[in-house]
Amino acid sequence: MKSSSETGWVKSERQLAREARRRRRAVTSGVVAGVSTAVVLGLLAVGLTASPGWPRVRETFFSWPHFTEAFPDVLAGFWTNVKIFLIAEPVILAVGLAVALVRGVKTPAFFPLRALAVLYTDVFRGIPTILLVFLVGFGVPALNLQGVPDDPMVLGVFALILSYGAYVAEVFRSGIDSIHPSQRAAARSLGLSQMQSLRHVVLPQAVRRVVPPLLNDFASLQKDTALVSVLGVVEALRQAQIHSSKTFNYTPYLAAALLFVLLTVPMARFTDWLAARAESRRAPGGR
Amino acid sequence: MPLLQIEGLWKSYRGRPVLRGVDLEVDPHEVVCLIGGSGSGKSTLLRCVNLLETVDDGAVFLDGLELTAVDADEDAVRRKVGMVFQQFNLFPHMTVLQNVVLAPVKVHGKDRRQARAEALELLGRFGLADKAGEYPDRLSGGQQQRVAIVRALAVRPQVLLLDEVTSALDPELVGEVLDIVRELKEQGMTMILATHEMSFARDIADTVCFLDGGVLLERGSPEQVFTDPREPRTREFLARTQRR
Repeated sequence: MKSSSETGWVKSERQLAREARRRRRAVTSGVVAGVSTAVVLGLLAVGLTASPGWPRVRETFFSWPHFTEAFPDVLAGFWTNVKIFLIAEPVILAVGLAVALVRGVKTPAFFPLRALAVLYTDVFRGIPTILLVFLVGFGVPALNLQGVPDDPMVLGVFALILSYGAYVAEVFRSGIDSIHPSQRAAARSLGLSQMQSLRHVVLPQAVRRVVPPLLNDFASLQKDTALVSVLGVVEALRQAQIHSSKTFNYTPYLAAALLFVLLTVPMARFTDWLAARAESRRAPGGR
Repeated sequence: MPLLQIEGLWKSYRGRPVLRGVDLEVDPHEVVCLIGGSGSGKSTLLRCVNLLETVDDGAVFLDGLELTAVDADEDAVRRKVGMVFQQFNLFPHMTVLQNVVLAPVKVHGKDRRQARAEALELLGRFGLADKAGEYPDRLSGGQQQRVAIVRALAVRPQVLLLDEVTSALDPELVGEVLDIVRELKEQGMTMILATHEMSFARDIADTVCFLDGGVLLERGSPEQVFTDPREPRTREFLARTQRR
């Protein structure tokens, strides 16, 4: 901000009074928020610990010794989840974009491909992911096909790709559809072909627009990597299961949950940050 | 021989006729202004010439070649016909320079460096040299529309279609866009303008066409149409616009 000597602006009495009032109000709001948070959390804690089953729950879910014992194994398993996510996500993006693009091509020669793309999204968006993991994980090896891998981890990743590819395809498609037809008209009026208009004008805008919903799907996928445990892949959930079945204590599950939260929260904040940045760019005086 | 020839053009949207057999000829270097109320078919006529709409009947010829032929190369047609839209339709994810350079590089295969140099020269001529690196949403409406005109000119079209290019602008920004159109006329650009700016149409047009309900009711010199319209509908329309 420029100093008053430069701009010739000295704050008026009215403005000073206004600002003082705003400050007082901010302090009051802060105090109210703090007190109410403390009250709510206190009531929750009291309610929880006063419940008849609390001693038992504390022992089976919040046992520090069990936690420290299981944590290294759960963490080691968790790296498998991270690996599954990192392998699946780029493939999902590619599959989703390809399916969305194929659905948009109106050339007659592409009709079978387009029909296939519609069928794919309809079918795989409809099947519960866990069911798909079962079907692929146990069905594909049963076919006894030459050259088809029977590693449960590979099959699990494949099932996740099938399921999420369909979702991401729809996200991309809605992004493409959200670009106003006048943009395409302007591109075509300059002589750009249909493909060129899509590539240089429509897609770049569409992709920017769908980043937040895509990140939301990423967060969802991070959690669903635990589904491959049903095929016997030893990841975080499976490790927790192994430990708790030995000790009859559920704390290892809590350890796994904690790890998943630790991974998802930064992603959520990143999404918020992106959205806020986009918002401030649209606001007056932004960028 | 006329540069552009429109013969018996029909177009309807969902059974509602918008153009009913329009004939129009445009000579090289001629400036034709289309006037008429909202929904009279001005914009649709321009969009048909640029093949943004498929015609229901009739034909459009440019330089003797039928643009509306079934096997005509649409992209090739649009390379010869430039269009400027009411809402500018600049590409918001590209800078001004990228907007202007896109078609010359991607469509005409021009060398990128040469295309940039030409674009900068063109921008400079229209007082936009310092805006080359800006994104469209940083510019005023008048500046955006000037960029849109430069973008259309960068592919060196034979005909320029301007669809109510000042209708979305604040009154004080209209002048800067009209000045450019005037300059283009002086350079001999063949243009068809759909416009609500009656005084401008009178000033710049070689021919004024009055469209009403999809019919080209009257055409003539601006003198004749504005001072002594033959058709009662034209007289009515002009009286209504001048009362404001």
